[in-house]
Amino acid sequence: MRLKVRVLYFASVRERLGRDAEEIELPADVSTIAGLRSHLRARGGAWADTLVESRLLRTALNQDMAQPAAAIKAGDEVAFFPPVTGG
Amino acid sequence: MKIAIQAGDFDAGSEIGKISKDSKIGAVASFVGLVRDVEMTLEHYPGMTERAIGRIVEEAKARWQVMDCTVIHRYGALKPNDQIVLVAVASGHRGDAFAACEFIMDYLKTQAPFWKKEQTGEGARWVEAKAADDKATERWR
Repeated sequence: MRLKVRVLYFASVRERLGRDAEEIELPADVSTIAGLRSHLRARGGAWADTLVESRLLRTALNQDMAQPAAAIKAGDEVAFFPPVTGG
Repeated sequence: MKIAIQAGDFDAGSEIGKISKDSKIGAVASFVGLVRDVEMTLEHYPGMTERAIGRIVEEAKARWQVMDCTVIHRYGALKPNDQIVLVAVASGHRGDAFAACEFIMDYLKTQAPFWKKEQTGEGARWVEAKAADDKATERWR
């Protein structure tokens, strides 16, 4: 069975990556948000720079704030974005 | 209870007037956030935004007596003096209304997925999150 997740990017992350959403087929060794971030970082260029570990980013899993260790599975929606600034 | 994420403006007075007419309500505390001196664009995460604010309101209801609540947050292009956000909380007494209103605003600042991009003389820039906002959220824990 194919393991696909929907990945969304917002605000400065979206601008740096030049992309707002995509469907990704996960390699077998990617099972967490941190693993997905590392997998995307391996694309190099803006991906390596934007998703570098030292950059403080927030992540959401199925539209709830989530920690890097959160497990992801087929059909999930994962989002990467900078700390929020509403209100 | 009302949660609205919208591009258009709102009438705070009219929204407060629409708060439940339950005769046990003795206090309505409200907060309106305004744009200061720069034009800005507010981006959000449709779906998650409503969900995140809904969770914050539920948390407030678990802590204080919240008999009705309205949260309206705008997105899109905003000008100086424009209204950005309204939080109105109705309760039996002012203590719970004030506390729940402030709690909802503090949590909204760090948990609701909105991002401000300011248009300055030198071009557009994303607003950085403030440590003070994290502290304001922390104090409720």
